Amino acid sequence: MSQTVTATRALSYLEDGKTLRSWLLTTDHKRIAILYALSITVFFFIGGSAAALIRYNLITPEGALRSAETYNRLFTMHGVIMVWFFLVPAAPVTIGNFVIPLMIGARDLAFPKINLMSWYLFMAGGACALYALFAGGVDTGWTFYAPLSSNYAQGHVVAVVAGIFISGFSTIATGLNFVVTIHRLRAPGLTWYRLPVFIWSFYATSVIFLLATPVLAITLVLLSFERIFHVGVFDPRIGGDPLLFQHMFWFYSHPAVYIMVLPGMGIVSQIIPCFSRKELFGYKFVVWCSIAIAVIGFFVWGHHMFVSGQSPYASIVFSLLSYFVAVPSAIKVFNWLGTMHKGRIHFNAPMIYALGFVGLFTSGGLTGLFLAALAADVHLHDTYFVIAHFHFIMVGGMVSAYFAALHFWWPKITGRMYPETIARGAALLMFLGFNFTFLPQYILGYLGMPRRYHSYPPEFQVLNVLSSAGASILAAAYALPLFYLTWSLFRGERAPRNPWRATGLEWTTDSPPITKNFLVTPTVTSGPYDYNDPHTKLADV
Amino acid sequence: MSEDVAPHTHFQYADARHQADSAIAGMWLFLATEVLFFGGLILTWIFCRHWQPEGFTAGAHETVLWIGTTNLALLLTSSFVYALGQAAIEVGRVRMLVWCCALTAGIGVVFIGLKLLEWHIDLDEHLWPAAARFKLEGGEAAGGRLFWVFYFVATALHAVHMAIGIVAVAWIALRARRGDFGAHWHTPVTVVGLYWSFVDMVWVVLYPLIYVVGRLT
Repeated sequence: MSQTVTATRALSYLEDGKTLRSWLLTTDHKRIAILYALSITVFFFIGGSAAALIRYNLITPEGALRSAETYNRLFTMHGVIMVWFFLVPAAPVTIGNFVIPLMIGARDLAFPKINLMSWYLFMAGGACALYALFAGGVDTGWTFYAPLSSNYAQGHVVAVVAGIFISGFSTIATGLNFVVTIHRLRAPGLTWYRLPVFIWSFYATSVIFLLATPVLAITLVLLSFERIFHVGVFDPRIGGDPLLFQHMFWFYSHPAVYIMVLPGMGIVSQIIPCFSRKELFGYKFVVWCSIAIAVIGFFVWGHHMFVSGQSPYASIVFSLLSYFVAVPSAIKVFNWLGTMHKGRIHFNAPMIYALGFVGLFTSGGLTGLFLAALAADVHLHDTYFVIAHFHFIMVGGMVSAYFAALHFWWPKITGRMYPETIARGAALLMFLGFNFTFLPQYILGYLGMPRRYHSYPPEFQVLNVLSSAGASILAAAYALPLFYLTWSLFRGERAPRNPWRATGLEWTTDSPPITKNFLVTPTVTSGPYDYNDPHTKLADV
Repeated sequence: MSEDVAPHTHFQYADARHQADSAIAGMWLFLATEVLFFGGLILTWIFCRHWQPEGFTAGAHETVLWIGTTNLALLLTSSFVYALGQAAIEVGRVRMLVWCCALTAGIGVVFIGLKLLEWHIDLDEHLWPAAARFKLEGGEAAGGRLFWVFYFVATALHAVHMAIGIVAVAWIALRARRGDFGAHWHTPVTVVGLYWSFVDMVWVVLYPLIYVVGRLT
């Protein structure tokens, strides 16, 4: 553990300036994290509403909304908002932004003004996308496959694409900030192998931000050029190559899957040791698996294109590499289980969410292997099996991890404890509602129900109704934290510095931290998971 | 980290040197993202060239070689001039830096002027790829149009980078004139210099792709 540093009570970052201006022009990473958290919560509920309407439509075989056109716009809106304005930025810009400097003993990120600029870029991009989606929407799906998106789709494709382009630069700015910060601003004694896995995971995520996002940007530039001027880059009818678009799109969008899930792995790697009162099992394996995932993740994009007509030899290589990328993910799962083995497990809300992450991520990951198999993919491609697979990872995995992090660091962020009992209930409800929603979709997909259709044969109705019923439970579970966390801001018990008796520099400073994080920069003399107190009973909070 | 440090140092840095090195590292990382941005474009360009070589060769023959070459010479000179300014400020010669920045920005403006002239010539020659009446016909039309798509996208993106660079260099000149920089602190000069040289390098790659490769085949 590092030395405890603050002796006198200084103003917390929340009290340091009360005006709107002090928030909108802040360069404090903690305040920017709050700005981001509020914004992405709005996006989460907009994207969630679209999902609710999708599930409502699918209650009846002929489609309750009656209009395929409306349905297409709804699932596009759901995908665009959830992927680019929630999942990709969510954990890095909120949790990462808040916690990374605290964890490494820094007083801010390396470039505070760029951090603020990234939030404004995000809002500008979000405004563009929202304008387009509400002014009539787009019916291309979140993947914008050409030539549908460039020459056939109705609606505001260019505006949505511009929104994604702009918000892409906001994530590049965040990634750049994290990489420089982690390299340059670590406290004395905080060597690379003393860094929490959380830092390594966000570092790997940031590298993907930096190297993949620009390729998406240039792809979207070419797509917009084709759409505005009707020239053939991707449209085969006028001399383009549609597979070129898919290659470039997935060169970003597959690594983006790891952008979405690596932070979750970092989060649970903090939470599981803390609530098992045990050191993280196989620290170096977990660390290097994060890096391995980030590297291999760049070379598997072709597994989205097995049925597109790409060269079968390319498909074989992509299939093999996709199996390879599963290995480091599996190693991590075993490390988390190893950490819990013979640990003293406390089922606090963050731990329940983290366990949910491990279970659902494993299920989503294993079904990914089905899809990586060349022959099986022919049957499963573009069915609800794929939908269930990536929702298990993205929603079951990543959203659970996001809620885990929100609860785990809530005392640090707000200085208040959340109500534990109801939070545990919400965590369990979320797990239940999630499985209820998405398990039937595996079966639907295996039976052959294709994705992106507003109607389906009547024999699929029972499973679809089950899924929609589950979605309503899930919606309730997502709404709950909105209420009790807001309540806790005003009525919650005051949080001590370290309510979980967790290791890590962020727990040595005040809750909520002072503006400059640490009065005296801490010095680190030991590893990140020094839980040699197996019999400690956590304070009943 | 000590509490009393040089005036330009933010509170998260130990000292001015620590901050300067971080800023320079940040610019290098940003340039890495730019490499991927232009790299994606250049990769698709090369792919399409292999796919439709006749059209690309025919398209490249229509480019205005003398403007491209002049611009290449101009940009290389501008980076040299900026580097002179950077060397000058390292020994504290502020006036020299101001003049070098002014000259660099001036060359940049001439570059953009020539670029506008070039686009004007191209459009007059019916080389806009979306036009109904396109200069190249027959088997070369499809590949030729694709070449000109890449030409306009690449040169426009490069020109945008140039414009940002000119503003940045002018900003450095103004700050230098105000006396912000000296021998021991001139981080923004270095950071902008990295960016300017990068934009220069992009042209060094685009130049053969646009003007030379097609003419050699």
